[in-house]
Amino acid sequence: MATAESAAPPDDGILRTNDGVPLKTTLRRVNRRQKMVALGLVLPLFLFILVTFLAPIGMMLFRAVDNPVIQEQIPRTVALLNETWDGESVPDDAVFDVLAEEMIQQYKVREIAKVGTRLNYEQGGLRSLITKTARNIAHRAEPPWKDAFIAIDERWGQPETWGIIQNAAPRYTLSFFLAALDLRYDWQGNIVEQPEYEQIYVKMFVRTMWISGLVTVLCVALGFPVAYLLATLPMRQSNILMILVLLPFWTSLLVRTTSWIVLLQTEGVLNDIMVWIGILSDEGRVQMIYNQLGTIIAMTHILLPFMVLPIYSVMKTISPSHMRAARSLGATPPRAFWDVYVPQTLPGIGAGSILVFILSVGYYITPALVGGRTGQLISNFIAYHMQKSLNWGLAAALGALLLLGVLVLYWLYNRLIGVDKMKFG
Amino acid sequence: MSALPPYAGPLERFWYYAFRVLCGLILFFLIMPILVIVPLSFNAEPYFTFTKGMLAFDSEAYSLRWYRDIIENEQWLHSMKNSFIVGICATILATALGTLAALGLSRAHMPARNLFMGILISPMIVPLIITAAGMYFFYSDVGLAQTLPGIILAHTALGTPFVVITVTATLSGFDTNLIRASSSLGATPTYTFFNITMPLIMPGMVSGALFAFITSFDEVVVVLFLAGFEERTIPRQMWAGIREQISPTILAVATLLICVSVLLLVTLELLRRRGERLRGLSPG
Repeated sequence: MATAESAAPPDDGILRTNDGVPLKTTLRRVNRRQKMVALGLVLPLFLFILVTFLAPIGMMLFRAVDNPVIQEQIPRTVALLNETWDGESVPDDAVFDVLAEEMIQQYKVREIAKVGTRLNYEQGGLRSLITKTARNIAHRAEPPWKDAFIAIDERWGQPETWGIIQNAAPRYTLSFFLAALDLRYDWQGNIVEQPEYEQIYVKMFVRTMWISGLVTVLCVALGFPVAYLLATLPMRQSNILMILVLLPFWTSLLVRTTSWIVLLQTEGVLNDIMVWIGILSDEGRVQMIYNQLGTIIAMTHILLPFMVLPIYSVMKTISPSHMRAARSLGATPPRAFWDVYVPQTLPGIGAGSILVFILSVGYYITPALVGGRTGQLISNFIAYHMQKSLNWGLAAALGALLLLGVLVLYWLYNRLIGVDKMKFG
Repeated sequence: MSALPPYAGPLERFWYYAFRVLCGLILFFLIMPILVIVPLSFNAEPYFTFTKGMLAFDSEAYSLRWYRDIIENEQWLHSMKNSFIVGICATILATALGTLAALGLSRAHMPARNLFMGILISPMIVPLIITAAGMYFFYSDVGLAQTLPGIILAHTALGTPFVVITVTATLSGFDTNLIRASSSLGATPTYTFFNITMPLIMPGMVSGALFAFITSFDEVVVVLFLAGFEERTIPRQMWAGIREQISPTILAVATLLICVSVLLLVTLELLRRRGERLRGLSPG
């Protein structure tokens, strides 16, 4: 501080701190340091989420457009095809020669099946064509290759086959996204609809939306009365009843799904009770699980607390005097309830509905366990392509579309309510 | 609603009771699955429904055999051990990282707060199947698939949003003058954090930690993709049990898990009451 004391600050009307630095500069410096401290505190978690969560998801979604197989396995064939082929007739001998050479090469390192699998996504039957041809030309067939290929399978003599190879070749492709929307490239590169019997995913998205919407509506219908009761009862009683809402909320998802299986299966508790009462005959037991009904019942039960809690917390803030005022001004009880009370609960209903809808469009466990065939949602198809069919590009494309939908809803939720207002318990 | 006014007419009276009955039914719907599973886990027979003996309260019809099954079964014990290891490690990591981030997010000078908040909350919003698929590829590439550390990291990521949200909420009612007072009396920031801030935000941290723990303890989708046979957790074992060989042992495990939830619920309720009491004492 010696400098500050020795040299008197110039008298130019600028406010200065003790050590002669203009106040503005000091403030800026302090603010910057505060900003850095705040960022520094957030940074560890941000980096952690980036590395363990965001990057993996980004890389997975990239597989929806990533298409390396054909380029890596038969690059020269593709290049030659792009250069010389007119797109209408059967390609020249040169193309067949290069393809034969590359196929034999890939056959020897046991990689050729990848090409077949990739082409099979575009059109069924091409996997067997590729493996059959590769085995044949590697062991038996002789040049000239064009005739040999066509002798092995006449599809080599059709321009369609070559068109499909050419369309499947680019390093980045939209064909997985097209497949996720029940579309595909035909052999000339036009976007066309999948054949009727292969159109499943649009139906699947519609079904997922429909079931999620229905579950949301059921949750509002069941959650609103309970929230109203909890919000209007005296504290002591409502605390006890609250346990009935919170205990399921805290109970394992698998436990609740298991108990719905126990309750609803044909030899289960509910059917037994109905047979015992005499509503059903022993042969007439109802199938209530392993179908859409089971999915809807179990999901409604599991998501109901997510609806009750936000509605309850909004209702707690509504003053009972509003209803009394409406009554004293001559409104009938239904009118007072509908026109005065319900509109004030809308923020809670909105928050709960978006939350329940977001959670249910991404549901996997419950539909997989109790959904049977008709109760599967889009998540189950993503899992199927991840684990069983190993069509990771399609899984990524379906996932990207699902994620897009969820992010739009999340954005909406954030705009309407604010994610930091989210409350639990 | 609290009580029926004395002047209520018959119609109003009817609605009042009809509404209560309706709410009773809905609450019954909520709690019934949990109530049903507990007695069934003591069934002496390998059935998933009440036997005649059980309904007659015949002591012969009840047994602990399914609980004995759990204790005698290597796989169940192993999966319990895994679940606790993963749950506890993930909770500690998530609470530490989440609390730090919440402290940063609550500072007045935090730039781009909403953006950071959105990103840090995203593990809670992204459908689990997408998270699981992404992690499956990435963790396989870096050699973390089929290892406990891999699952711990994954569950930490899934648990942090809850810690961030609850601690941020607690901090919103935090009087920053306390920190100023502390530093003006000569305390270092670390000392201030451990002796002033932490005791006050403890309820938020604990409830966030409990949420992180239950998230990990109950999580099965990521485990399905990341865990091998050795790393199976309780939910993974239950999943296999429900899909493959459904046996009443699952009901016994489910009952034990319900006990865990009751414990967590009671802890949270005590915390909430303590928080309310503290708030009642402090002015404003």
